[in-house]
Amino acid sequence: MKKLINKPENVVREALEAIAIAHADLLTVHFDPNFIMRADGPIKGKVGVISGGGSGHEPMHGGFVGMGMLDAACPGAVFTSPTPDQMLEATKAVNGGAGVLHIVKNYTGDIMNFEMAAELARAEGIDVEAVVTDDDVAVKDSLYTAGRRGVGVTVLAEKLCGAAAEQKRSLKEVADICRKAKGFGRSMGMALTSCTVPHAGKPTFDLPEDQMEIGIGIHGEPGRIRMPLKSADEITEMLMEPIISDIPYKPGDEVLMFVNGLGGTPPIELYIIYRKAHEIATKHGLKVVRSLVGPYMTSLEMAGTSITLLKMDADMLKLWDAPVKTPALRWGA
Amino acid sequence: MPVYRDDVVAWIKAVGEMIAENSSYLTELDSAIGDADHGANMERGFKAVLNKLPEISDKDIGTIFKTVGMTLLSTVGGAGGPLYGTWFLQAGMKTAGKMELTLADWTEALEASLSGVVMRGKAELGDKTMVDALTPAVNALKQAIQENQPINAALELSADSAKKGMEGTIPLVARKGRASYLGERSAGHQDPGATSTYLMLKVAAETWKKSI
Repeated sequence: MKKLINKPENVVREALEAIAIAHADLLTVHFDPNFIMRADGPIKGKVGVISGGGSGHEPMHGGFVGMGMLDAACPGAVFTSPTPDQMLEATKAVNGGAGVLHIVKNYTGDIMNFEMAAELARAEGIDVEAVVTDDDVAVKDSLYTAGRRGVGVTVLAEKLCGAAAEQKRSLKEVADICRKAKGFGRSMGMALTSCTVPHAGKPTFDLPEDQMEIGIGIHGEPGRIRMPLKSADEITEMLMEPIISDIPYKPGDEVLMFVNGLGGTPPIELYIIYRKAHEIATKHGLKVVRSLVGPYMTSLEMAGTSITLLKMDADMLKLWDAPVKTPALRWGA
Repeated sequence: MPVYRDDVVAWIKAVGEMIAENSSYLTELDSAIGDADHGANMERGFKAVLNKLPEISDKDIGTIFKTVGMTLLSTVGGAGGPLYGTWFLQAGMKTAGKMELTLADWTEALEASLSGVVMRGKAELGDKTMVDALTPAVNALKQAIQENQPINAALELSADSAKKGMEGTIPLVARKGRASYLGERSAGHQDPGATSTYLMLKVAAETWKKSI
């Protein structure tokens, strides 16, 4: 294992300590229980928007805390869901009296920990709604599995919901935006290399030099198929086909295209993926009206990419363009 | 003879030691079909429990169980945290104020744990989860009560049933949790959650046999 760390058990704590200093103008970090919170929160009369999950996916979620996006983020151990006391304390801390939305990625641990936190917060009189994102088309969505995993749409939903909350929309209206993003968005990813969880010390899975994994999860969960490495254009086709055929996108639909880096892939390669993905979307008659390209939801040092398509309507476009001021996403403010 | 408060404390201590000893084994089982953290997460949780134990070991059994549950809930994370947290919180509610447990008390507590775990995780029997070990253990206790078995024999029967349930998860295809992403590929592996559940019940039978 070759990593820029001191001790595996201190990785999350040391990163949080640094985030607190580096972005002191935007956020504060609370320890024991750990959560990152907007510096100017709670904001009276505004719905609080919270997310959280295992660490190792930075900038998601802590890098999205700030004006126009998240009010708080709860980081767990690396690739391990945070615990209910973190979400409960964060919920109480950001509650401005208008209720709190929990944006939860569909993983068994995340769901159960957030559910318990929501129950505890409701028992203390706080209005809590939770929306679960599950956009990964690589996983079969059936009664016999835990369902599709929550991936790229989560980042986009956090931006849209944050903007809606900033406009002082009600808890139900902000949650509706999240449900809309969940219904309109689909993603799929692939890996060129594995990642190494610091406390595990060795790669999560073995992927030979000439092989790739199509449909990988952001914790290194197995994908749909392992096959010999292909060109960027061919890989993009393999990711775009299941996405486009999963939702009946219609010619003329306006979409946001998000090409994400998993941590070990340089931006120049992400643009090569974006080039082909844009061409395929256009061929299907889709209008790519907004784009996001970069490593926003990573999987430690994994090399690879994921593509997310989100169908947009006029309201969602306005929310996307609204000002945002966070460590990782910042425009118009 | 009932199970006294000090026996309960001894059991929790023994569970902590057993989890530490089996941490790599549980993680190994988890790496085959999950995300390779069950051992490490449980070890972190029970380490925190062992640290807390001295300050609660003079309280009633309900308070002890509830404190164990809250500690696991805030330290384990993943799916194991809420599930084992719920297990002990539910058992704590059934045993509130008690300084000793009859076989019927323990059965009632474990049954409450089972329904709590089922409600939290939404798993059914045969989904390849800890429910597959806990359900037969509870059923064995209930049957032992009907047959007027002594408490020692009942505890052993429940551990044996949990073991059979755990072994029964090997051929199953996972329908819940991260293992379910593997579909058919999850068959042929023993479920780590069912394994930690069996180990805890085995330790209960062994620890309490000595004192009752």
